[in-house]
Amino acid sequence: MKYLHLVWAALFRRKTRTLFTIASVLAAFLLFGLLDSVRNAFSDAGNSVAGVDRMITMSKISFTVSQPQSLLARIEAVPGVKEVAYANWFGGIYQDPKNFFPNEAVSPNFMDLFSEYAIPPDQLAAFKNTRTGCIVGASLAKKFGWKIGDKIPLQATIFPQKDGSNTWTFDLVGIFHARDPKEKNKEPILFFNWKYFDEARQFGNGRIGWYIEKLSDPNQADQVAKAIDAISANSDHETKTESENAFNRSFVSQFADIGLIVGGIMSAVFFTLILLTGNTMAQAVRERIPELAVLKTIGFSNRGVLGLVLAESVLLILLGGLIGIGLAAVIVPAMSSKVQGLLPDGVRWNTWALGVALMFGIGLLIGWLPALRGMRLKIVDALAGR
Amino acid sequence: MRKFFANLGIGILLVAVAVLLAMAPWVALVAIAVLLALWMAFGRRGRQAWSVTRVGIATIPQRLGSSSVVIIGIAGVVGVLVALLAMGEGFQATLKQTGSDDTVLVMRAGANAELNSVLMHDAVVQIEQTPGILKDSTGQPIVSPELVVVASLPRKGSGLDANVEIRGVGPQVWNLRPQVKITSGRKFTPGLRELIAGKGAQAQFQGLGLGSTIKLNNQVWTIVGTFDSGDAYDSDLWGDADIVASTYRRGDSVTDAAVKLTGPGAFDAFKAALAANPQLTVDVQTTRDYFSKQSEGLAKLIRIIGGVVGTIMAIGAVFGALNTMYAAVATRAREIATLRAIGFRGLPVVVSVLLETMLLALLGGVLGAAIAWLIFDNYTVSTLSQNFSQVVFNFKVSPALVLTGLKWALVIGFVGGAFPALRAARLPVTVALREQ
Repeated sequence: MKYLHLVWAALFRRKTRTLFTIASVLAAFLLFGLLDSVRNAFSDAGNSVAGVDRMITMSKISFTVSQPQSLLARIEAVPGVKEVAYANWFGGIYQDPKNFFPNEAVSPNFMDLFSEYAIPPDQLAAFKNTRTGCIVGASLAKKFGWKIGDKIPLQATIFPQKDGSNTWTFDLVGIFHARDPKEKNKEPILFFNWKYFDEARQFGNGRIGWYIEKLSDPNQADQVAKAIDAISANSDHETKTESENAFNRSFVSQFADIGLIVGGIMSAVFFTLILLTGNTMAQAVRERIPELAVLKTIGFSNRGVLGLVLAESVLLILLGGLIGIGLAAVIVPAMSSKVQGLLPDGVRWNTWALGVALMFGIGLLIGWLPALRGMRLKIVDALAGR
Repeated sequence: MRKFFANLGIGILLVAVAVLLAMAPWVALVAIAVLLALWMAFGRRGRQAWSVTRVGIATIPQRLGSSSVVIIGIAGVVGVLVALLAMGEGFQATLKQTGSDDTVLVMRAGANAELNSVLMHDAVVQIEQTPGILKDSTGQPIVSPELVVVASLPRKGSGLDANVEIRGVGPQVWNLRPQVKITSGRKFTPGLRELIAGKGAQAQFQGLGLGSTIKLNNQVWTIVGTFDSGDAYDSDLWGDADIVASTYRRGDSVTDAAVKLTGPGAFDAFKAALAANPQLTVDVQTTRDYFSKQSEGLAKLIRIIGGVVGTIMAIGAVFGALNTMYAAVATRAREIATLRAIGFRGLPVVVSVLLETMLLALLGGVLGAAIAWLIFDNYTVSTLSQNFSQVVFNFKVSPALVLTGLKWALVIGFVGGAFPALRAARLPVTVALREQ
């Protein structure tokens, strides 16, 4: 710390060059902050804390195949299962396909299982009592300017009504919030009553999309899953039960291998960054050889010079990198609501940690050769300009 | 103060030129290059510029380390940009190829994907009787009632379950989609639990080899053949629609009907005839429309991501180029000052530094595009389609994409070279000559 001013002075010996290099580093780490946040958003899906005690039972063939309602009572009877809810994908469109948000028909006790959502008790009661009622997440209500009492028409893409009409109109009776602001990206969703859905739809009546089980003990997950699947084993409607997180993980992985894409882009970025900043550091030390010789003359040890140069290169990367991720930390929350689910609410600590580790790593890497050169220089030769 | 405004003005001018450069069609760029070459060959100033440029380029090997920063930096930008865009382009190309103007899809009104649609047997019969459909040699209408369902199978590599599309097809499907070729084994036999696997599906999923079996709803299905269609159907497994329906308990319903019309011109009449039929509530669209709509969203998203990533990387690369070229100008300061002292004007100097930077940039662009092409052209990946199943596609590094990448390289080179070029031209001769 004592030598900070010395390192600083050396770093800004050539202001323009250092500022330009910092700008390059900044761009690289801004990109890192953004892309790693995207990666975080995708891995969030499979790591929900609220969902650890929930399991999902779907058809073994695929989640698009429905299951008989009769399973409900039998799943409820499985030891270790505390409560069972069920839901059906609806896939309705509000005004324009571009407005996509998930909407599901759910059982009356659905919200009891999803404790990550907070909803006023009177609104929840209204939802249970209103046949055509629906509830939506706060951010979705805000996006479309919906208020309680509004009628929300959805165009069915899968399930027409009995009369063949595709328009389903729901009464908005409640608005829920995500308890944890980090899970705000789970808010854009609409739920309505499964009973109304089942009575009014043209086909598929009496069948259920998927069951959700709340466990009394998450550690029993494997046994419970086996017991549930055993109910319908060897029937024509075999099921597959897995934890909600496992299901989400495999679902998200079907879009693309985000980790691979982000990793690929970032390796290209950091490879070019190392060359670029490495060149700058080499140049900076080359110019200053006589000055380093003077430092040694007045008593700095070889190791001291090595440390000074390494500190300089690390500082260079840290300056650019911290501003870069800082900038990402401003952009990510601002953009988060505009790009549904693609970005989390902010830059996470793990991004910061990985970023800072990378900064030190790159700083030491690019400083190493110039620093060795500074350490090994012979005072007489360097002062003579040889 | 005056200097500040002068610099600001130059900056705005530069940005304008860079934008024009980025927007200009290739013909215009080639024309500019030809004009420049003519000027350098015949104009007085032009010949001066050429000789200064030659000196600059000849000394690049002495500054190899810092020059390579420009090349590698820009290669990185162009490589990543081209690779990302090639992913979007490949996806769009695969889906677009799947569609045509004379093959149409009839789905239940309101359904936005085959998987969401349901057609009862009566409706299919009605559709088959609609005029405008091409007939085969025996006089049968070329209509394939299709049942699109999804099965969850473990993927190669990760072993995680993913969805594969199973398409039950009617007997007319071979006339409907003549592009589908059986590459090994044989066609499935109607009435049996047999499937043929597209080569894309086979590459992405475990256990779809010839002769292997998969279990669907406790029924054993055998893979008896492999097919190649060169489009999105490669991601499918095909079987007899009736048998698939029984396994998935769909009765005699299907999801949609694929119809071959007598020609693209027959579409409007066919559509009107369907709309006029009171027994049908269906939507019809050409497969070209359907598949290009399916690819729109993702292709646009990839283009936006490519643009954002490319722009941020380009900004980084511009600063790298600025550093390199300022250093280059500084090392050549005496030489440039000498030229100016013996009568060379500013313009040739500006042109020479700019040309040198853009040449390095172009080299970087070519390198980046070449790497992207070598690694990613025909690289196979898959993503989730509207049918909730994997659609397999290849990255496509097309010549148009390579040209886009080179344009980016030129713009980065231009912006990165302009300020150092001006500095070189404006350096007071006396100061520069005295400098070491």
